[in-house]
Amino acid sequence: MKRYVYINDDESSHELYCDNRISNRKYTVLNFLPKNLWEQFSRFMNQYFLLIACLQLWSLITPVNPASTWGPLIFIFAVSASKEAWDDYNRYLSDKKANEKLVWVVRQGIRKHIQAQDIHVGNIVWLRENDEVPCDLVLIGTSDPQGLCYVETSALDGETDLKTRLIPTACMGIDFELLHKIKGVIECPNPDKDIRRFDANLRLFPPFIDNDVCPLTIKNTILQSCYLRNTEWACGVAIYTGNETKLGMSRGIPEPKLTAMDAMIDKLTGAIFVFQIVVVMVLGIAGNVWKDTEARKQWYVLYPLEGPWYELLVIPLRFELLCSIMIPISIKVSLDLVKSLYAKFIDWDSEMIDYETGIPSHATNTAISEDLGQVEYIMTDKTGTLTENRMIFRRCCISGVFYGNESGDALKDTRLLSAVAGCSTDVVQFLTVMAICNTVIPIKSKTGAILYKAQSQDEDALVNAAAQLHMVYVNKNANTLEIRFNSSVIKYEVLETLEFTSDRKRMSVVVKDCQNGKIVLLSKGADEAILPYAYDGQQTRTFIEAVEQYAQLGLRTLCLAWRELTEDEYQEWSLMFKEASSTLIDREWRIAEVCTRLEHDFEVLGVTAIEDRLQDGVPETIETLRKAGINFWMLTGDKQNTAIQIALSCNFISPEPKGQLLLIDGKTEDEVCRSLERVLLTMRITSSEPKDVAFAVDGWALEIALKHYRKAFTELAILSRTAICCRVTPSQKAQLVELLKSCDYRTLAIGDGGNDVRMIQQADIGVGISGREGLQAARAADYSIGKFRFLKRLILVHGRYSYNRTAFLSQYSFYKSLVICFIQIFFSFISGVSGTSLFNSVSLMAYNVFYTSVPVLASVLDKDLSEGTVMQHPQILFYCQAGRLLNPSTFAGWFGRSLFHAIVVFVITIHAYAYEKSEMEELSMVALSGCIWLQAFVVALETNSFTIVQHLAIWGNLVAFYVINWIFSAIPASGMYTIMFRLCRQPSYWITMFLIVAAGMGPVLALKYFRYTYRPSKINTLQQAERMGGPILTLGNIEPQQRSIEKEVSPLSISQPKSRSPTPVYEPLLSDSPNSSRRSLGSRSSSSYSRNCKDN
Amino acid sequence: MDANGATTSSAAGGGSSSKSSAKKNSRKPKYSRFTQQELPACKPVLTPGLVIATFTIIGIVFIPLGLVSLSASEHVVEIVDRYDDSCVPPNYSNDKLKFIQAADTNKSCVRILPVPKLMKKPIYIYYQLDNYYQNHRRYVKSRSDKQLRSKSGEKDISDCTPEDKTKDGPIVPCGLVAWSLFNDTYGFSLDSKMIKVNKHNIAWKSDKDHKFGDDVYPKNFQTGGLIGGAKLNSSLPLSEQEDLMVWMRTAALPTFRKLYGKIEEDLPANKKIQVVIQNNYNTYSFGGKKKLVLSTTSWMGGKNDFLGIAYIIVGGLCLFLAVFFILLYVIKPRPLGDPSYLSWNKSPSGQPN
Repeated sequence: MKRYVYINDDESSHELYCDNRISNRKYTVLNFLPKNLWEQFSRFMNQYFLLIACLQLWSLITPVNPASTWGPLIFIFAVSASKEAWDDYNRYLSDKKANEKLVWVVRQGIRKHIQAQDIHVGNIVWLRENDEVPCDLVLIGTSDPQGLCYVETSALDGETDLKTRLIPTACMGIDFELLHKIKGVIECPNPDKDIRRFDANLRLFPPFIDNDVCPLTIKNTILQSCYLRNTEWACGVAIYTGNETKLGMSRGIPEPKLTAMDAMIDKLTGAIFVFQIVVVMVLGIAGNVWKDTEARKQWYVLYPLEGPWYELLVIPLRFELLCSIMIPISIKVSLDLVKSLYAKFIDWDSEMIDYETGIPSHATNTAISEDLGQVEYIMTDKTGTLTENRMIFRRCCISGVFYGNESGDALKDTRLLSAVAGCSTDVVQFLTVMAICNTVIPIKSKTGAILYKAQSQDEDALVNAAAQLHMVYVNKNANTLEIRFNSSVIKYEVLETLEFTSDRKRMSVVVKDCQNGKIVLLSKGADEAILPYAYDGQQTRTFIEAVEQYAQLGLRTLCLAWRELTEDEYQEWSLMFKEASSTLIDREWRIAEVCTRLEHDFEVLGVTAIEDRLQDGVPETIETLRKAGINFWMLTGDKQNTAIQIALSCNFISPEPKGQLLLIDGKTEDEVCRSLERVLLTMRITSSEPKDVAFAVDGWALEIALKHYRKAFTELAILSRTAICCRVTPSQKAQLVELLKSCDYRTLAIGDGGNDVRMIQQADIGVGISGREGLQAARAADYSIGKFRFLKRLILVHGRYSYNRTAFLSQYSFYKSLVICFIQIFFSFISGVSGTSLFNSVSLMAYNVFYTSVPVLASVLDKDLSEGTVMQHPQILFYCQAGRLLNPSTFAGWFGRSLFHAIVVFVITIHAYAYEKSEMEELSMVALSGCIWLQAFVVALETNSFTIVQHLAIWGNLVAFYVINWIFSAIPASGMYTIMFRLCRQPSYWITMFLIVAAGMGPVLALKYFRYTYRPSKINTLQQAERMGGPILTLGNIEPQQRSIEKEVSPLSISQPKSRSPTPVYEPLLSDSPNSSRRSLGSRSSSSYSRNCKDN
Repeated sequence: MDANGATTSSAAGGGSSSKSSAKKNSRKPKYSRFTQQELPACKPVLTPGLVIATFTIIGIVFIPLGLVSLSASEHVVEIVDRYDDSCVPPNYSNDKLKFIQAADTNKSCVRILPVPKLMKKPIYIYYQLDNYYQNHRRYVKSRSDKQLRSKSGEKDISDCTPEDKTKDGPIVPCGLVAWSLFNDTYGFSLDSKMIKVNKHNIAWKSDKDHKFGDDVYPKNFQTGGLIGGAKLNSSLPLSEQEDLMVWMRTAALPTFRKLYGKIEEDLPANKKIQVVIQNNYNTYSFGGKKKLVLSTTSWMGGKNDFLGIAYIIVGGLCLFLAVFFILLYVIKPRPLGDPSYLSWNKSPSGQPN
């Protein structure tokens, strides 16, 4: 479980641990072919095609040339294999580049320039400024006298600010030369992928220092792929190398996501497969019976009396091969092709470029665009996703005085400014905490201006605000920091930093005033983490009021506090803290415990309120998507009141008369249970009437609910369209996504920060906002967008079109294969059930691969409704959500159509080309051209908008069919020599074609017209409206709303009364509530609801 | 993913604003109507007018076309005579198979065919076989086109089993198709005057020129144990054997006609033609019918009412649909694209704005 790293020991660890060779490759040159083939053949479809292709090699049973299957099969395999190979080669190249990079490593006490791949665990690696770190290192020396260095970790976690790293205390002050000879042992855990945690110990061997164990944390490490910045040099001991680094461990190929549509296509393929087996069995038996009763009498066939043992199998196998085209080999290729085009359309979309940053949207996962159109639940993060995550200090309350209430900006409040000018003690203390109780690093730029590098946007806002109030945080030099207040410089020595954790909800620093030597504890944190710890006798009522008032405005509040420490108290505590910091087990918990021993008896100084503005277009986006029938859940780590206020201001929930918010809270199981039951009851009552009921739950209650009352909570989740979950941890976010997924809902998770990554990966679709919290979420996501408002376009435009197009494409692929297959089956009845193929190999292959694939591929440009119409009538998304365009019944329609068309083509052909014209090649070409003509008209009829590309593809394809066949007819060696020329000269050929088209398309057109006009779907109605130029919409126009939080404050009765049960208010709500439209469209009835409710 | 990370970090390594703006520009997609899915499109609507007009036009065009085809078919004069049963002497009527298989029976048979109408030249003579599966898989496959094309392909007999070779070498032409060549013959006379039957150019020209070689002579044909159908004149190259060519254009249907020859003179109405048939071909074992067909031709080909009738039916149905839709439109008019049909707009309580 542990590894012991012996520093600078050239021999010991070479065998134990791997070297620093990075390998991301999946294959090697030798195993590429077998491994790749194995992977490809692990899919059912490919196995099927391979089996068919192998059977075709048996000439006794093959109806056509084996090339007609082998060709496309090899092509498909070659394409995906070469794609894999190319990816792998690129990985190899980038690995090689990283592996062969030269680094300075100490070997036998001398610094040498060696390749990065030769670094071993225990080696000392030297880095210069702007070097990339080759493996995970524990720092032992830097150029900085205080043992500090700065790293940029953006490749690791996407955060672009500089982070400080420092050398362990044991290594402090070791001479530059001696670093080459340092010996010691580091006791560290086995490699894991947690990049925020490293609990280890270091012990240096004599003569360096006594045997003291020195604790190591993540602060003492620099991890692979970081960059060294602002530091001349640094050196460290390699602890994890190669693929065992934290980066290497966290790298992994994510599970491929399967869309609902893919699953449906697989299901339909399975059904077709079963149908095929049945057909084959029936025809096989019929064939054998016919052979024994009839064919033996037919002397010209010359059946041998005694056949080989497998004779009974021959005819069924022939039919299996003849029917194998029922499952179109082209569908996989076409789908892959169009899916990557959907993804490209997202990448290209100029309306989804964030013009502030110039970042376009990007589809990382190219395979799941259809799922976007089927989203039912959106789980959204709050900070940075709904809001801009650009914190602005707005108001504050210092010892009972509210600043900034009038102007909305405390920085312009003259009272505060005059208080600052007058050096009011409270205010100065307050500003001091604002300025230095943080982990911000001030950096002086060349122009002299001070830039702050902060990990937290809140801290950034506070420090900047303090600076504007003349409390400027000037410099941080190792443990000393300088602030300038009204031109006087004050120095503090930082003794300890008690870091922020989401459990403690506060952070503190212990500083020593360099002027008077006083030791002070400065704290800031959430109200519930600070106010209860105020010293006895302090009146915190005004602060509670302030917090509530600010929270109602949707502002983020922080309470600032301080306490003077005595020297003894500090020393005593400091020892405990040191001890806790060096434990290996439960270190975080131990530290938290020790911290609470110091953080009490605060003198609360005041409350800050920071505004996090909503992003542009958030309320409209949410409103539109809610109209589209998508349910929203907000999962945030923020506190309940703030979350509710944000939810109100962005249309997430409706204010009281229209909507109702139910709270689930409680600290114990019983309380939570009672609260949950109550809410559920109210939900059940109100679910029958249209009312916007939402519930809010906090992390604690959620934990209990998920653990003990999962069933009830699931029911609640299904009933409720909106939920607000506050104070939830990343893993709870993921759990909630999992819960909804288990109810068979399509979920989309959107977030921007590292805490959203798990939820993003868990959800069916993960969307990352490439925002200010780094790129971590965007990188883990399937889609990355710049702003929340692009979600609307992503779902309504791209998702919907993708769904519609794939629905058509996949069903059409089956349709066209079935047509030709049915014709073959019908023909077998007039050819003695012997398994003769009517069509020749070339035609069959070209039919599948070329004639019928090209026109349908153009359907990626098809738009049933214009983007504007969809945006105005987002409810239309329902058709995609409910899978109305691809399901067994639509598929049955296509199946019926293929049967009908096959009958039309076959009957007309054999009657028109009867008697003296019934020549095999001619008849087969007549039937084939009949199919091609029908295909062209079917695609044309199903196309909603014709661009030039579609016209070219559909009609050009028809022309191409003739051109290609004329070419074949001109080759004397081909079987169809002169056939096409002969046919084209016959008037009866053309007459037959027109008859086939009219007889085949007439009923289809009539049916379509009838449905279109008299039983129109909503899509049809909108199509008509938009194209007839009529009044597309009189209702439901969504105007951009300019809201500011302040104006939107509506009294909320639900925020306070935690004990009182909320009384259900029955108000007629908007009847456009998608709940009702859902029901009227009849998708999820209560029966399916109860199905979903089953034990998950 | 990995490469992505590398580029980002390296770009960030540069750090300067000029670099990052350059990056922005390069990542910005180029605007084009294709990439924005904004290609100009025509969006047809199935308006009642359009649909009714379509059906009406189809009806109006198809019914006359059908009538024309039907009349063309009607103008074709056709004499069909089934002779397989009647050409068996009564004493063999219970065992027709024995009659046809016996070598010594007299197989000639005389049939009198009345000419119902004046038949203009050229008159095509076909033989029609029913219930004969030339499209049986075993049968269609059993041939070698290479062997037929040139002498060099003589040994290419792998597909021809079981009629591939005798002990003397490969059969030319090999395979079941050639082996089962039809061998009934017909002699025509009108008023006891022989009618000349032209058996030239009854095969496709392309077959003569390219598919059947002029250097390929029949070899070992019908010399094996089993005799199938007709024998070939082994002094003529295959490119001259037009009966074989016709026969080897296999039929796709179990009922088919093959061209036997042409009569290059008019046959007056109400005359009787006397046909002397050499009834050699065995269709008795499988109950197949043999018919002799004399037919004139039209621009549509032979007599076939199907297309004409089908056109009239389809045209009629289209007209009926057109009328039906017009009535529907008049009786139950329904405005297209009325937003009030959208269920979410139906509610009286209105919408939030």
